[in-house]
Amino acid sequence: MPVNSIKDTRIELFGNVMDNPVIPASGTFGFGYEFNDWYDVSILGSIALKGTTLEARYGNPLPRIAECPAGMINAIGLQNPGAEAVRDVELKKLGKVYPKKVIANVGGHSFDEYVRTAKILDSADEVFCIELNVSCPNVKGGGMAFGLDAGILEELTRAVKNEVKKPVVVKLSPNVTDITVTARAAERGGADGLSLINTLVGMRLDLNSARPIISVKRGGYSGPGVFPVALNAVYNVREAVSVPIIGMGGVSCAENVIEMMYAGASAVMVGTQNLIDPFACKKIIEELPKVMEKLGIDRLSDIIGRAHNA
Amino acid sequence: MKQATLTLLTNKALTPDVYEMRLAGADRPVPGSFLEIGLDGFFLKRPFGAAGYKDGVLTVYYRVVGAGTEAMTRLSSGAKLEALTMLGTGFNYKGSTRPLIVSGGLGIAPLKYLADCFHEAGVRPAFVAGFRCRSDAILIDELSKICDLFVTTDDGSLGYHGNAVEFLKQNPVAFDRYFACGPEPMLRGMQRFSVNGQLSLEARMGCGFGACMGCSITTVSGFKRVCKEGPVFDAGEVIFDAR
Repeated sequence: MPVNSIKDTRIELFGNVMDNPVIPASGTFGFGYEFNDWYDVSILGSIALKGTTLEARYGNPLPRIAECPAGMINAIGLQNPGAEAVRDVELKKLGKVYPKKVIANVGGHSFDEYVRTAKILDSADEVFCIELNVSCPNVKGGGMAFGLDAGILEELTRAVKNEVKKPVVVKLSPNVTDITVTARAAERGGADGLSLINTLVGMRLDLNSARPIISVKRGGYSGPGVFPVALNAVYNVREAVSVPIIGMGGVSCAENVIEMMYAGASAVMVGTQNLIDPFACKKIIEELPKVMEKLGIDRLSDIIGRAHNA
Repeated sequence: MKQATLTLLTNKALTPDVYEMRLAGADRPVPGSFLEIGLDGFFLKRPFGAAGYKDGVLTVYYRVVGAGTEAMTRLSSGAKLEALTMLGTGFNYKGSTRPLIVSGGLGIAPLKYLADCFHEAGVRPAFVAGFRCRSDAILIDELSKICDLFVTTDDGSLGYHGNAVEFLKQNPVAFDRYFACGPEPMLRGMQRFSVNGQLSLEARMGCGFGACMGCSITTVSGFKRVCKEGPVFDAGEVIFDAR
């Protein structure tokens, strides 16, 4: 369908005006620059960097991947080169192909590690906000442990907020009874925004050996199969808090982006789809104006939370 | 790295569980590189080593190990397959004039293509091809034309009785560089045998192009991805017992 009028796909997040709401999700896009071999990544609204810890980490033993009918389980375990290398090496490489501001994703095993890592990445000019990964299911004694208890989550958010200058987004785990409880806790702790959902804890077994396929038994399930779960979480959290939400979980097409924004997302992250189609974000960005035309949407920012007024 | 829609030309069984696929529509790959093939009804693409390329036709060999490869056996000529081609870093074989090629099992697939490339360059490699048994032995006739071929079988039903590494220890072969692909125990054996070569590794992959970190290994120069910096690594670089 031809697009008859100019479609405005811009959105604003913490004062950063983005050309479109499409952001590759942390852990599915590396540090971004390698995707420039597939397409010009400068079209992306922003990029969420691979989860970063204070020191370099190898992550979990192999296998780290298990296939599922509508997605996959991963247990990478936050492999990354460490915060200073991300700031001084990876971000410089990305800056050569991507002139816009990015989102740094911070993981950790202690309050101290979260704070110190966040401070290092807070000092990078290329970064416009810090995403706190308190929901990674693949790190023992860290990651998700900080995201399941509302009290700890609130304290951690406050500890990081007290030490960094840039806006802090808390990435929430769906592996809770009621995600609005942790959402409110993060907001009380001073979160400037929330991103959701991280992966759902899952497992696959090898039919021959009867053992888990993943070396550390379980991992995070993601892919199109989780989209309805993610959408419901965004919808519920939108009613529970007032800070902006970045919606994610199984987003694989422009229509999914619209649904996420209807539910209350101000921006949308695309994750696993990047891994099965390296052109996923490019296709979504190109399709967005066409889907807006079909739906009679002129300005994308107008539809944020529309489901709650419909 | 390139996205391509490939057309299946032929898909035939060479042994009860090893198949050969010939595909049109791919550019000429580097030996040691691989492609990811998408299958209807399966979320992840499957990685396969480029095993031959002639007149625009790409060859891959696959063993039926699960539901995905089982579904592949049912594909017929003319089927369109979404693929990502020319993935990974292949063999560094330029300048080798006395190459030694060592395969274990279906590790023979990418090495068959490497042997073709040596043949085109006017070099006749020594090739030690290990199999479990006679009925698993594939590509023998083709390879014996262009290589000095030595076949080994675990059960002694064809050629040398034992594996490829044991053969090499007992039968010294002069070489300036070796190229090996096969199961991990064999690659460990080759590393102990000599570090003057390259190992092609296999791993369960997520994306196949470096984004997910699902296939990272430890090397003497840090973490590397089998799908991106590999699948071919210098033999002295890989740390098999890192974890």
